Amino acid sequence: MGVGITVEHLNAFYGKTQALFDINITVLANHATALIGPSGCGKSTFIRCLNRMHETIPDARVEGKVRIGDLSVYNGTSATQLRRRVGMVFQKPNPFPTMSIYDNVAAGLKLNGFTNRKQLEEVVQKSLHSAALWDEVKDSLHKKSGASLSGGQQQRLCIARALAVQPEVLLMDEPCSALDPISTGKIEELIFQLKEQYTIVIVTHNMQQAARVAEFTGFFLLGKMIEFDKTEKIFTNPSDKRTEDYVTGRFG
Amino acid sequence: MSDTNNNSGAVVPAVHIPPFSLRRRVTDRMMTGVAVLTVVLVLAPLFAIFAYLIYKGIGSINIAFLTQTPKPVGEPGGGMANAIVGSMVILAIASVLGVPLGIGAGIFLSEYGRNRYGDMVRFVSDVLNGVPSIVIGIVAYGLVVMRQKHFSALAGGVALAIMMVPTIARTTEQMLLLVPQAIREAAYGLGVSRWRTTISITLRTAASGVITGVMLAFARVAGETAPLLFTAFGNQFWNWKSDQPTAALSLQIFTYAISPFDEWHRQAWAGALVLIILIVGAVAAVRLAVRHGTLAGA
Repeated sequence: MGVGITVEHLNAFYGKTQALFDINITVLANHATALIGPSGCGKSTFIRCLNRMHETIPDARVEGKVRIGDLSVYNGTSATQLRRRVGMVFQKPNPFPTMSIYDNVAAGLKLNGFTNRKQLEEVVQKSLHSAALWDEVKDSLHKKSGASLSGGQQQRLCIARALAVQPEVLLMDEPCSALDPISTGKIEELIFQLKEQYTIVIVTHNMQQAARVAEFTGFFLLGKMIEFDKTEKIFTNPSDKRTEDYVTGRFG
Repeated sequence: MSDTNNNSGAVVPAVHIPPFSLRRRVTDRMMTGVAVLTVVLVLAPLFAIFAYLIYKGIGSINIAFLTQTPKPVGEPGGGMANAIVGSMVILAIASVLGVPLGIGAGIFLSEYGRNRYGDMVRFVSDVLNGVPSIVIGIVAYGLVVMRQKHFSALAGGVALAIMMVPTIARTTEQMLLLVPQAIREAAYGLGVSRWRTTISITLRTAASGVITGVMLAFARVAGETAPLLFTAFGNQFWNWKSDQPTAALSLQIFTYAISPFDEWHRQAWAGALVLIILIVGAVAAVRLAVRHGTLAGA
């Protein structure tokens, strides 16, 4: 089951450059929340603060409070512990190139010390089903490498890999930007189903996509969150002039 | 955008591309010829060495050569069996010591060494790579032989290991750096710790390149003679103890080649041929094993 996310006064930095300014947001459990905004506005940085990926970059740091369910992200939780509960799907599909399809999905559990083979097999199968990839790969699970799949399949493989660790939150950083419309459609459909079980935060450049998959939408501009509301309101009747300019295509 | 004085909407101006002229065709052919010629020039010495070794050495390779120890001067027959085994033992010791150390240093340089301390290690490793092999032999003499009070396979192995480390470290570093950051992030995103990611993901992804580096280092030290002169020292008899003077093919070749006896010269050629076959065989075996373990499409 998904859990909610609360962010209070979040500031993020790359060295001396500040990338995020005082972000406050509450994400509801088992809903999809979209983050939109022009390139470089900080939405990717923001999502990477939620699972502490931001700090893997040299000189990067974060201030403020983030709570995911009952976990205090920046206080008393180790990054590895946190990331087992907060899965991530990246902009470019990044399967482990030397591993088979099966091993790719099993990687998260195996590398975290899970050894029960039978259960592992079940989890892999279930995750591939959830990611709508099972039928396409069931005959070559051990034979083919993850890198031999098409771009869209690779991205669904990465989703399956993230789901196999059984997270409560799924972060998606422009998951469809490298995919064709058909693959994009499949992933969007998937997001629709997944939010019954997970809390989803998705960064996207595609405003139609935000409108299609998310109940809530946040608009970022120059490192600040300008507006956060129900998706319908953001796209039809935004409170802020800058949001309106962006969603109507007047800039960006 | 509607401002027509602005160039931003302009199409790229048409350029005149000349037809494929005779001059261009001739140059094309010439450069292709030059490329082929350089390949031939690079490969020619290799094949020449191989051919000459076979020509000179094949006649002296027989069962006795591969199974017996050297006979005293004047007595016909005898072989280099003890040197073949000795070389294998010394190289095994060198690999056991040098490969983990080299790969470990490479991991440090690529994953944790993007700083001044890493630059220092990189510089020292490059200097070590340039140190003459006989000097490394002296170091191993001081480190092992002086302490043990006698020559040994262990001392020879230590000398060769020292030579392997910088090569392996730098190639491992380069290979790990080729692994995209996105692959590491994928593992971090699954809650995998940093060291586990390095070992099970990054190193595994770069494995074939790292192994190539190891084989390069192995092949390079396998033929070394100078560092063994006063470490392994050589031995005319069987020796199964790693703390005793041990024969090595390269040493045996050296001793026999500078001797005044024709029979020994012939045996030196045979020894050189066996040494090259052993090295090529080891490298080929490792390559085959690696290929066998790879997946379709990887």
